[in-house]
This record gives sequence, C-alpha cells and structure tokens, in this order.
Amino acid sequence: MSPGLVNIAYLIAASLFIFGLKGLTHPRTAVRGNRLGALGMLLAIVITLLDQSIVGYGIILAGIVVGGGIGAVLAVRIKMTDMPQLVALFNGFGGFASVLVAGAALLEVAVLKGTLGSIAINAQFSISTFASGLIGAITFWGSLVAFGKLQGLTNDGSVRYPGDQIVKVVLVIAILIFGYMMVIYPDSSIPYWLMVIVASVLGILFVIPIGGADMPVVVALLNSFSGLAAAAAGFILVNSVLIVAGTLVGASGIILTIVMCKAMNRSLVNVLFGTFTVTEGGPPADEVYGGKVKSTSPEEVAMLLEGAKRVCIVPGYGMAVAQAQHAVRELFDLLEGHGTTVEFGVHPVAGRMPGHMNVLLAEADIPYERLKDMDEINPSFKQVDVTIVIGANDVVNPVARTDPDSPIAGMPILDVDYSKIVVIIKRSLSPGFAGIPNPLFAADNTLMLFGDGKKMVEGIVKSIKEELG
Amino acid sequence: MDSFAMVFTIFVLAAFIGFEVIAKVPPTLHTPLMSGSNAISGIILIGAILSAGAQYTWLTAGLGFIAIVLATINVVGGFMVTNRMLEMFKRKD
Repeated sequence: MSPGLVNIAYLIAASLFIFGLKGLTHPRTAVRGNRLGALGMLLAIVITLLDQSIVGYGIILAGIVVGGGIGAVLAVRIKMTDMPQLVALFNGFGGFASVLVAGAALLEVAVLKGTLGSIAINAQFSISTFASGLIGAITFWGSLVAFGKLQGLTNDGSVRYPGDQIVKVVLVIAILIFGYMMVIYPDSSIPYWLMVIVASVLGILFVIPIGGADMPVVVALLNSFSGLAAAAAGFILVNSVLIVAGTLVGASGIILTIVMCKAMNRSLVNVLFGTFTVTEGGPPADEVYGGKVKSTSPEEVAMLLEGAKRVCIVPGYGMAVAQAQHAVRELFDLLEGHGTTVEFGVHPVAGRMPGHMNVLLAEADIPYERLKDMDEINPSFKQVDVTIVIGANDVVNPVARTDPDSPIAGMPILDVDYSKIVVIIKRSLSPGFAGIPNPLFAADNTLMLFGDGKKMVEGIVKSIKEELG
Repeated sequence: MDSFAMVFTIFVLAAFIGFEVIAKVPPTLHTPLMSGSNAISGIILIGAILSAGAQYTWLTAGLGFIAIVLATINVVGGFMVTNRMLEMFKRKD
C-alpha cells in the first residue's frame, strides 16, 4: 500500500475517533459513538498490518490474542463499583506501552545507524522519545499506585513524609539531565532507560500523597497523560493518527481534571502538591454535635417518605462501598409508584472518579433524566420534602458556604440543608476526607439513620411495603 | 513545511477539536468518556505493531510484543467496558 493511501486511511480513523467522542455528548448516541471509535481503531490496526516494514505476523497475532483475551475478561467481569480501579489500570497499560514503543524506536535507530524508514535522528526524535518515555512511565506507575489505593491494597489516605517536595525536585532535575544526555548521545539507549527508571519513581511519589477523595482528579489527569504519551510516540514515528488520537484523549483528560478541580474549589497544583491538612482552628466535633444529633429508624423514615411529594436522593462514595444502588432502585420504584417525584442530586466529585455515581445508578436502571447535576438540583432543594443522603459527607457540608476559614471553604456543595427534612444514612459521625465535623448532622431538620447504606435502604423499603401492603 | 511544523500543526489542531467536542459531554457520561477515550489512547498499539513486526532485533521485537499485549488490553478492554456501561444508560422501554 502506498504511503498516501495509508495516510488517507489514518485520516478516516482519526475522523471516526472524533465522531465517536461527539457521540458521547448524549446518552442516546453514546453507544453508537463508542462503536464508531472502535471501528476507527480497527481500521488503523488493519492498515498498519499492511505496512511493508512488517516481516513477521506471528508475534503480532500472539500479542493481540493474549492482550485481547485479558482485556475482554476484565471488561466483562468487572463490577461497576470497581470501575475506577479498572480505568486506572487501563490508563497505566497504555502508558507503559508508550514507554516500550519509544524504547524500541530508539534501539531500531541505533541498529539502522541513522535512519528508521523515513525518520531521521534529530532533536525532534530525541525530545519526543524523551517525552513519550517520561509521560508513559509516570502514567504507568502513578496508575498502579492509584489502582492499589482504589482496590484497597494500599493505604487509601494521603501519605506524606518530610521533604517530599525536595525529593521530587531532585528527581525532576535527574530526569532533565538524562534528557539532555539523550539529545547529546542520540543513538544510545542508556540515558533513556535511566530516565524511565527515575520517572517511574516520580510517578509513584506523585500519587502516594494523594488521598481517596482527590482520586477523581488523579484518575482524570492520568487519563490525559496516557493520551499525551501516545501523542508523543506519534511525534517519534511521524504518525498522524497517533498524534490526533493521543491528543484528543489528552484534551479530554485535561477537561475532566479542570471540572473536578472546580468542583472542589481547589487548583490542580493544590491537589497535587498542596498540604490538605486538618485545620486545628475549627470547632471540635463534640461542640458541633453535642446533644443535638437526632437518630432515627427505617420505620420512621418510611413514614416520612409516605407523606412526601418530592424526594431527592444524594449518593456518595458510601453508596458504592455498601453496594446500595439496587436497594436504592427499589426505593425509587416504590416511591414513584406511590406518586412521589424522586430525583437524584449528584455532586461532580462524589465517588472516586468523574461520573462514578451516574454509572452505578445507571447500572441499577435509574433513568438518566432523573440524575441531576449540582447546578440543576441546587435551586430546587427548598421545594424538596425529604432529602436522603447516602454515604456522602463533605459534599453536603454547609460549612463550605458559611466558614471562610474551613479547609473546604468555597467548595460548591449540594444545598441539601434547604430541604424540609434531611435524612442522612451513614455508619457513624466520623468525618469525611476533609477531616472536619459536619454541622448538617446536628441541624434541626436533620435525622441520622446510622447503619450500612444497603441494609438501611432495604429496611426503609420493607417498612413502606408493610404500611402500604 | 518541514516535518516538525507539520506534525506540530496536527497536534495543535487536534487539541482544539478535542477541547471543543469534549467540553460538551454531560457529567452523567464522564465515566464512559474516560474509559472510551482511554480505549482510544490504546492507539499506541499501532506503534507497537510496527516495532514488533519489523523485527530489527530480538530485543525490539520483544519490547514490541509486550507493548502489543498491554495496548490490546487497553483497546479491547476499554471499548468493551465502555459499551457495557453505555448499554446501561440506554432507556429500557
């Protein structure tokens, strides 16, 4: 096949990726969009297999069969609640593939003494190899740490040690030195692999200090990195489809990262390097809660719900942990059948990755029209009779609005406290990620339903059925 | 136009398109967007195929093979799991 035709085919593949992503702007067109993306990928792969430089197909076929099998099994068997881990893992694999491709290109150039097909060794080659290896290695190791935290294999909290920023600065300097050596000795692989090793350490140290509730930002950022690493590999191989597809993903991840940061009213720098320490100045938990917390039972909540015309359910990470989404669906059906309007208020950073709650509720067959984002639901809380908060804390803490000294000051929250009655389903009064008490739990219109999210919702459902039955 | 200016032009234009298109994705679909775009970043697979297939040395072929396995997990797993999620968002009438 002539290079001209190959490039036209790559252009078609790149266009399919763009149409595919465009399809994701609406739930109705999203399935088709995803398939268009997959079609673009298939086209790009088939065209690449026709490249005249390929002499052996056995090894390619073997790799695709092994990788395809593992990918398919993971995709089919993963539980929806574990989706953040899987996305983190996939990001990492893409990143490491970029490290290897850049490393192999460097070796090939050394073997061919100067030319790799049409590719000359020049500054563009060295710098893009450097970028691909650097971003890819950070993505891989950072994603593995994120996976470990999300899967509960390692400490999910924020791990910090004295001088951590200095260590990172030293690593960055080492990376730059190896990068400079790559440009000076363009056909040696040694500086490249040394750089990859240092970048790997940096990737680990970069994610270790980031705690559970900040994970949506990290997962989105690593998503962006996996794309940028592929785009950098496109600069090495002067391959248009690699550049376009990688850049699209890079842009997508950066947009999500910005959305997540805005939803926490923090800058990206603050999330990545800031010290999100528990402030000493705020009122202690005893003072906030002392004698004012009212505890309730599933039976009482069932009675409240029977009298309600409008109900809002606010899910948080606790709903995912308790696997309560199907019980919530049952409650939804029951109340809707009873003539009550039920909506869901979803905070952008609820859960451990962007859109986490929406996926769980969709899994439980909640119609997506009922899932409202923060800006949409907030003006309507005054008309809501009962709001049920399941396993959320910081995202409904009114302190964000009232106390300018609080660590979450200015963070946009769901204004659940404006509804007539708030029911909070939670195991205990323990603080959320921000480490501060939540005065909402002690408010006059708040009732605490202490217990496991799934069991409590099932209890409410049972009581309503008995009353109506 | 020299080759760097050309590839850099492609890069910048793709970034603009990416920002334009993806800014319109609603929050409900943010997880499928991540896993779907993640599958697209598996495009590194074609770089891996070129490395493994050309077989200049056993080492480049070996690196290429591992890269193919990882990238294919990314591609196949990513598109399949996105499809599975999006099917759940479809209205069940």
